Amino acid sequence: MSRNTESNTYTVLFAAAMVLVVGSLLAFVAESLKGKIAENKRIEKQQNILYAMGVNDNEEGSVNFIPKNEVDKDFSKYIVKQYVIDGTTAKENDKAYLIDIKKEAEKAKNPSYTRRLPLFVGEKNNKFYYIVPVRGKGLWDAIWGYVALDKDLVIQGVYFDHAGETPGLGANIKERFFMDEFTGEHILKDGVFEGVTVFKGNADPKSLDKTDCQVDAIAGATITGNGVTAMLKKDLDMYMPYLKTLKQ
Amino acid sequence: MGFLTKKDLKLITDPLADNNPITVQVLGICSALAITAQLKAAIVMAFSVMFVLAMGNVVISLMRNIIPPKIRIIAQLVIAAALVIIVDQVLKAYSYQLSKQLSVFVGLIITNCIIMGRFEAFALANTPWKSFLDGIGNAAGYGIILVIVAFFRELLGSGSLFGIKVLGDSIKKTGIYAYGYENNGFMLLAPMALITLGIIIWIQRSKNTSLIEEN
Repeated sequence: MSRNTESNTYTVLFAAAMVLVVGSLLAFVAESLKGKIAENKRIEKQQNILYAMGVNDNEEGSVNFIPKNEVDKDFSKYIVKQYVIDGTTAKENDKAYLIDIKKEAEKAKNPSYTRRLPLFVGEKNNKFYYIVPVRGKGLWDAIWGYVALDKDLVIQGVYFDHAGETPGLGANIKERFFMDEFTGEHILKDGVFEGVTVFKGNADPKSLDKTDCQVDAIAGATITGNGVTAMLKKDLDMYMPYLKTLKQ
Repeated sequence: MGFLTKKDLKLITDPLADNNPITVQVLGICSALAITAQLKAAIVMAFSVMFVLAMGNVVISLMRNIIPPKIRIIAQLVIAAALVIIVDQVLKAYSYQLSKQLSVFVGLIITNCIIMGRFEAFALANTPWKSFLDGIGNAAGYGIILVIVAFFRELLGSGSLFGIKVLGDSIKKTGIYAYGYENNGFMLLAPMALITLGIIIWIQRSKNTSLIEEN
């Protein structure tokens, strides 16, 4: 071949053409799979919400969601009401679970914007669960989750997830041994909102004391744990005016 | 002329044992340690690498005469990255839970030394068909080791294979747990993957002494 692949012009042209071809190929792939991925995320959200209120296929030690094909049916069966909260009032909205918490938090930086706070009410065995979505920062990236409370503001179950915490350390917030500790924990201390603190060395490693508003931290994941603490404090607090009205 | 000549066949079988990318060339160790706690994840990883390596090898080989030598490493990276993104998106669309489990490691296929190694050492100098076979062979060699390590880690660490509890229930104390057997949680951590890998390398070299380097 007589083409001079060493010349600068050729190199630049080649690079430009390569970027163009690869770029359009990836754009095409992303665009054609977008619908499916979004649908997966929606199903995952429903699974997460149901998981927090105890509707799951858990066996010992592992996290098992209900099967994908039953999600829509179970979601409408167990989640009886969906609200958008404003202060102490709640407005019904049956698409509240589609509200993007991340975007709402971004928009709320503008003081004139009233943040929409979704809340899901679940019913299982004649017991009501109030499921609050939370979102915060871990060590590397976002962390989020769902907290299911009863009307006395005792945690009935949680689900946590993360975008990029360290595998084996911070990523363990989505493991059973961590999430299960929150069950039964109070978020009020002497009637005042306290949240739940992920705490190191509280001499209660099995989290038997449920009224201390503390759970045992994961070794090697201090910053992720602090992120969970901050996330619960900040986001649950926004719902407190409404949640406090539940008792009456 | 057969479909596969003897030489072609060697391209596939060589990396499986005597020129294995993990145990002999010691490439791609990071992912071999990270995702071998479960068999299912290891197998998906092996097939993802196989797709990226075989397709990448073919593309690089087709372009081997037009890639400017000055930016050939960048060109290889772009092609590997594009293929990895495709794998990642397809997994997200068709196997969402698994893609969550593999988390960052699919993205990290780009940094798998085997991929750049084969692009640079083989695909740039050989025809597309040979490169394709070379890619399949090397990825299979990588995959075999992954599966062997994952088999022992999942069996001894969680007492299960493909998530099925083959040894009985460790909480209800059925199966061999009734006789006081316990799962070894240490098997699930990365250090034990390295030790398992070391044992495989040891066994392989004691069987085939020609692999042992002379000092």
